[in-house]
Amino acid sequence: MLYREAGQFKTTYEKDSAIFPILQDRIGIAVILAIAFVGVPATRSDFIINAVMTPFLIFSLAAIGLNILTGYTGLLSLGTAAFMGVGAYACYKLTSIFPNVNIIVWVIASGFFAAAVGVLFGLPSLRIKGFYLAIATLAAQFFLEWCFIRIPWLYNYNVSGAIEVPQRELFGVIITGPRATAETRYFIVLMIVVAMTWLASNLVHGRIGRMWMAVRDMDIAAELMGIRLLPTKLLAFAVSSFYCGVSGALMVFLWYGGAEASVFNINQSFTILFMIIIGGLGSMVGSFMGAALIFILPIALRYVPEALGLPLQSSTVEHLTFMVVGVLIIVILIAEPAGMARLWQIAKQKLRVWPFPY
Amino acid sequence: MHLLYQILIDPFVQMGSAPDLLAQTLWEGLVSGMLYALIALGFVLIFKASGVFNFAQGIMVVFAALTLVGIYEAGVPAFIALALAIAVMFLLAFVVERAVLRPLVGQPDIILFMATFGITYFLIGFGELVFGGDPKVMITEPLFLPKGAITYHALGGMVQLQKLDIAAAVIASLMVAGLAVFFSKTRIGRALRAVADSHEAALSVGISLEQIWVIVWFAAGLVALVTGVFWGARSDVSFALEVIALKALPVLILGGFTSIPGAIVGGLIIGLGEKIVEFYWGPLVGGGTDAWFAYVIALVFLLFRPQGLFGEKIIERV
Repeated sequence: MLYREAGQFKTTYEKDSAIFPILQDRIGIAVILAIAFVGVPATRSDFIINAVMTPFLIFSLAAIGLNILTGYTGLLSLGTAAFMGVGAYACYKLTSIFPNVNIIVWVIASGFFAAAVGVLFGLPSLRIKGFYLAIATLAAQFFLEWCFIRIPWLYNYNVSGAIEVPQRELFGVIITGPRATAETRYFIVLMIVVAMTWLASNLVHGRIGRMWMAVRDMDIAAELMGIRLLPTKLLAFAVSSFYCGVSGALMVFLWYGGAEASVFNINQSFTILFMIIIGGLGSMVGSFMGAALIFILPIALRYVPEALGLPLQSSTVEHLTFMVVGVLIIVILIAEPAGMARLWQIAKQKLRVWPFPY
Repeated sequence: MHLLYQILIDPFVQMGSAPDLLAQTLWEGLVSGMLYALIALGFVLIFKASGVFNFAQGIMVVFAALTLVGIYEAGVPAFIALALAIAVMFLLAFVVERAVLRPLVGQPDIILFMATFGITYFLIGFGELVFGGDPKVMITEPLFLPKGAITYHALGGMVQLQKLDIAAAVIASLMVAGLAVFFSKTRIGRALRAVADSHEAALSVGISLEQIWVIVWFAAGLVALVTGVFWGARSDVSFALEVIALKALPVLILGGFTSIPGAIVGGLIIGLGEKIVEFYWGPLVGGGTDAWFAYVIALVFLLFRPQGLFGEKIIERV
């Protein structure tokens, strides 16, 4: 009854091809943005802002990046974390060589370094596809991780082998380093994520996105239609790695505050792959849903036994969490292989005819 | 010039001047290559018969070994523990087929691949919950596995061969031979090959896919158990082995996803290659090359032969 497009007439092509063609959707996204910009900081809870929302947004950005490659272009990658690492280390090197330049500029610029590395490792994608490509991207994962450990120049010859985020200011406000407040960091992350999501959404809905999807659906047919495969696939690798790189830089600079190479290990890559498969391949909203489920679910599960009053050891809870996540992955895949984004679409369809389904 | 000498000439001079070290390195490479090949074999068995890229194979190795040690530590005699571990692997195959594969029949490959991730997570949690997260010591003596080493004085030095490694090589060869006979001579083996060829055609001549899948997953579980015993005996039995199991993936690329001889040859090439490179070229770049060497070799290899050494040629039709 509430969610219905009756009476909303589209009089131009622009309106018809809009991303949110229905008024209710536009109100919904405005409400979500209002909650993100006003509601979350209003909780004043360090736990919610710093341990839940900031990482959730950062993971969502990485998930969007991988979704562009895997969901939209159909190239399976297991090297996501390594590309995030390239972003983080590039940002660290840039800001230690040029400390006076605005850190936000370097966060974005580090994405270009990740993109360059991504293109390099994407080159084999013209000849190989499917699981073979996935294993080829593992080469990127392990080789880059090795570089992060064995090339001391990357972490400024620190004895600990870790990178530590220096303090940087933006317009007089401290935004990185240990003295930055959780709210400031959250706002910076939120703004970058919102801007880049908007950009990605426009990218995948336009000509380039259609080229990617044509390659995904059948690359030979796409080639016959005049799409040049190598530039298209490499562009997907570049854009995807750019997003991953920025999210890696954000992760180290605005969430962890310091990192070792092991942050960008293979398990991180798998986590992000989970997010997009559970959330929905080839869906922007799915990237966010998947990130929410995979990242927030284990946190929430940790509080379930406590809430029920069960006296369990923390290690037992952790093992149970692993089991529950494993079972949930299988259950969700059986219930809806297309991911949570499809569930959301079905729910919207149900809402449209509610309360008089035909 | 000095650098070129170090890269191109010096390692070979070292090999020539100490042939005993070279022989020792080759042997180590062969042994670890054999273990990679065993894990890859589990992958190939399942991929051939059901088209599922079973990511859980690595964790099945750990889980099988943990089950064996866990049951033994509970006070059960070694061979009964072995039988029980085999029974657990059968149960696992049965449950996986019922709860995961059957509801997901006909889904895209990536969804099935993802489901095996779910199995991986479940097995990690379950294994740690039941058997504890601490590394365990693999039982060798109660299973009559030999200990100690044979030392040869040859090549102007000495070469040490661990008896355990020799036993592993013998048992692995026997197992592969057994599998080969099973595949080519028995009724079930022929049915397995029929399923690998075409699901629909196999169904139409009355082969039960469900049964075949249970058998294949059980066979992969047995391979995992054998791998787990020998790998666990070389180091400890712990979930850290899982990362090493990822090494089986480049082996698969070299050998091709559907070829058993490919898995074995690929495993040996990777094992030999990474040991030799790490020993002779590793020091030039600060060591640790065995973390990525296998993958880079596989990547280079893929550029020239996308279907692997023995894989079937990929023919694409529009």
